[in-house]
Amino acid sequence: MATISLTVNEKQHAVDVDPRTLLVELLREHLRLTGTHVGCDTSQCGACTVWVDGKSVKSCTMLAVEADGTAVTTIEGLARNGELHPMQAAFHTCHGLQCGFCTPGMVMSAADLVRRNPEPTEGDVRHWLEGNLCRCTGYHNIVRAVLAAAETLRAGQGGAR
Amino acid sequence: MSGQGMGASVARREDRRFLLGKARYTDDIVLPGQTWGVFVRSPYAHAAIRSINVSQAAAAPGVLAVLTGDDVAADGLGGIPCGWQIKNKDGSVMVEPPHPALAQGKVRHAGDPVVLVIAESKAQARDAAQLVEVDYDPLPAVAHLTDAVASGAPLVWDEAPGNVCFDWHLGDAEATEAEFAKAEHVVGIDLVNNRLAPNAIEPRAANGHYDAAEDRYTLYTTSQNPHLIRLLLGAFTLKVPEHKLRVVAPDVGGGFGSKIFHYAEELLVLWASKRVGRPVKWTSSRSEAFLSDAHGRDHVTHAELALDADGRFRGLRVRTLANMGAYLSTFAPAIPTYLHATLLSGPYVIPAIYAEVKAIFTNTVPVDAVRGAGRPEATYLLERLVDKAARELGIDRVEIRRKNLIKPDQFPYQTPVALEYDIGEYEATLDLALKAIDYERFPQRRAASEARGKLRGFGISTYIEACGIAPSALVGALGARAGLYEAASVRVHPTGSVTVFTGAHSHGQGHETTFAQLVVEKLGVPFDNVEIVHGDTDRIPFGMGTYGSRSAAVGGSAIVKAIDKIVDKGKKVAAHLLEASVADIEFADGKYRVVGTDREKSFGEVAFAAYVPHNYPIESVEPGLEDSAFYDPKNFTFPGGCHLVEVEVDPETGVVQVVECAIADDVGTIINPMIVDGQAHGGLAHGIGQALLEEAVYDSEGQLLTGSFMSYCMPRAADLPMFKVGNHVTACTHNPIGVKGVGEVGAIGVPPAVINAVLDALAPLGVTHIEMPATSEKVWRAIQAAKGGVA
Repeated sequence: MATISLTVNEKQHAVDVDPRTLLVELLREHLRLTGTHVGCDTSQCGACTVWVDGKSVKSCTMLAVEADGTAVTTIEGLARNGELHPMQAAFHTCHGLQCGFCTPGMVMSAADLVRRNPEPTEGDVRHWLEGNLCRCTGYHNIVRAVLAAAETLRAGQGGAR
Repeated sequence: MSGQGMGASVARREDRRFLLGKARYTDDIVLPGQTWGVFVRSPYAHAAIRSINVSQAAAAPGVLAVLTGDDVAADGLGGIPCGWQIKNKDGSVMVEPPHPALAQGKVRHAGDPVVLVIAESKAQARDAAQLVEVDYDPLPAVAHLTDAVASGAPLVWDEAPGNVCFDWHLGDAEATEAEFAKAEHVVGIDLVNNRLAPNAIEPRAANGHYDAAEDRYTLYTTSQNPHLIRLLLGAFTLKVPEHKLRVVAPDVGGGFGSKIFHYAEELLVLWASKRVGRPVKWTSSRSEAFLSDAHGRDHVTHAELALDADGRFRGLRVRTLANMGAYLSTFAPAIPTYLHATLLSGPYVIPAIYAEVKAIFTNTVPVDAVRGAGRPEATYLLERLVDKAARELGIDRVEIRRKNLIKPDQFPYQTPVALEYDIGEYEATLDLALKAIDYERFPQRRAASEARGKLRGFGISTYIEACGIAPSALVGALGARAGLYEAASVRVHPTGSVTVFTGAHSHGQGHETTFAQLVVEKLGVPFDNVEIVHGDTDRIPFGMGTYGSRSAAVGGSAIVKAIDKIVDKGKKVAAHLLEASVADIEFADGKYRVVGTDREKSFGEVAFAAYVPHNYPIESVEPGLEDSAFYDPKNFTFPGGCHLVEVEVDPETGVVQVVECAIADDVGTIINPMIVDGQAHGGLAHGIGQALLEEAVYDSEGQLLTGSFMSYCMPRAADLPMFKVGNHVTACTHNPIGVKGVGEVGAIGVPPAVINAVLDALAPLGVTHIEMPATSEKVWRAIQAAKGGVA
């Protein structure tokens, strides 16, 4: 067993894990944060996407021990005081989710995109999301949601200035 | 009305828990004392099991039980049943081989479950599974249809000579021959409908719990129809009465057909839970899903269309081989027969049709319904054939369709293949789609693409499908072993809020929103006062679940029927309160009113009176306000429409990109336009995936070569365009809502439009045929072959 300490959604955790434990297993099974999902075993589907030190990462590609000392944000940590993050809100208003299974990974990935590229084109969004599979939506409304959220975020930043 | 009734694009109320990461999927559930199960599956497509040695595995750390087919047999578990029995041409019944939950004596496909290991942790179960020694004697295997029907082919089942499960036909052979004999033109085509893996993003999972104190079983499972699973567990596999069995399908991450069926794992975790005295959970890995979820399609077809001198369709004959896999899955025999051959008239007048379908066993995972299920196969062959006829006869592809479409005044329209279409305006959807894609300016767009070095093609498909399955007596006569009605219970609470218990199941369709909209429309209560409950056999009286685009048409109709009973009862209460005769009470917008007066009682007041019956017609009306209904459909519903696609092909690389996709559907009355569009989008992605990317490929030995997302190409965001979705509504004539169904339209309508577009793009090079999926390699080879080069 290895002892690791990390911050998840701003909460400090010290956990004993089998060294082969994946980050996603740590989140789902040890910390019971089941919003992060597992849809494949080859790091293709992106349902397990979380942020590690602010960058989107497929948590099935990373060992828990590699996350020692990092700050992890999962879908459960995205909303603030019950208020949806603009990306979550846009997925709701644009009907960017159906069964909801790919949604946490999709939202975490898309929110990272708009942080890196505040003004993405439709093509940028489609290209960025190639690591996230959705079987329900045909991506149409996901793309709309990401573009809408980017606009909301830009407007919010404009207001702050 | 609050603006949240029928026809409003109400944002989904279920979204919040999904967006917050607070949903509850089967694998999220951990029960007190939870243990984990892992399966040892066959690496061979066909083999005799000489021996199984579990001693090392049983002694491994944390292991609680190692169970084999012998244990299954010793405990008397039933085999996995098939829900449909098809009759052969000669009236005899299909071959229906046994399907033990764990292999007994032989394995018949790669992935066939052989041993179940249960341990304290998932890792321990996985480790121990590696220690199970199974001694196999490999046998010759057969995976492909054409190999399976060749003489001398290895037999999957000794009792199925030639690997034939059934040899079935539909239609009038003689009348069809007569049409072909006098036809001016006959156009023929040979097609493969590519095999698909369903790939809901949530893998299947099951968590079984036997409560010894109560002598009662609970199963959490990724199912589209928990009551059906309870029925099959109770009557056939676990063999316990329904009241001892609770099946919960909580949040389910997509189904697409693959989660309809009763799978061995559902039975085995319940049985194992009783054996080890603790809950047992199994969650499929994606690799395991490819080898154990029922696949879809996999047809090989020869079809011919007879036409007169004017290009009118006169006859159609179709010969299809349909792959069943190694065992018969729950609905498998119905898919290539009653959901395929019955649709062969499409939206067209075709005076005579004759279809022959041979279902074939192979050493592959079972094949059953995947989004569309039979109807995509019918639509694909018909629309490819119509396009080919247009080219060979020199008729415009749009005009040949327009000429042959069933006209609005021909409804109800009896096809030669058993169905009676109730209503449709197919030319209206055709025109709407053509306008949406700006068909007239296609030549300019083609020229612009050419200037960029790309070949542009236009593809069309006019289609119909049958949904809302199905009238129970009809499907019973055709071999179904279940009724296909739907059930609903509507409970009005004393303060007037409403809980609906529906037998339909939502795994992405948004029923918690759309069914609430139905209640708002019918009872006039606020949207927020309506709750929709689904997915738990302990809470919902009964149900047949969600598949075949039936939820709104059948499940919604059951809700409306129950609401009608409540409204009627409320009239009696209101008549008493308003001192009027029942015949004089009308109900509208949430109010009971004496006709022609302003004397009224709100629905809430009537509900309250029903639960606090102080001033109440107690002699003739029971207190309380709750009712149930079973709705058995009178007919199938028939959504239809027109799907148009434009592709660009890179002639150097063969890469195909869908650059335009405009569709116009008639899905009947629309409850929530936003959700209807979303359903269409998802179906289109599935259909474009089938046409260009997806194929479950077995080698000739029965090894699945596309066993992960690395090798099975799922459609990604960059593979797809923005979709243009239009609707033209004719209301279904025989259900109380007028809905027809929308979940499968994209998967059914669009694949031939894509391939027709690819062939249109390649026509100048002389390419006349291509199979799905039209991958860049296949397109490049077709281009090279047409050039006379190597391919």
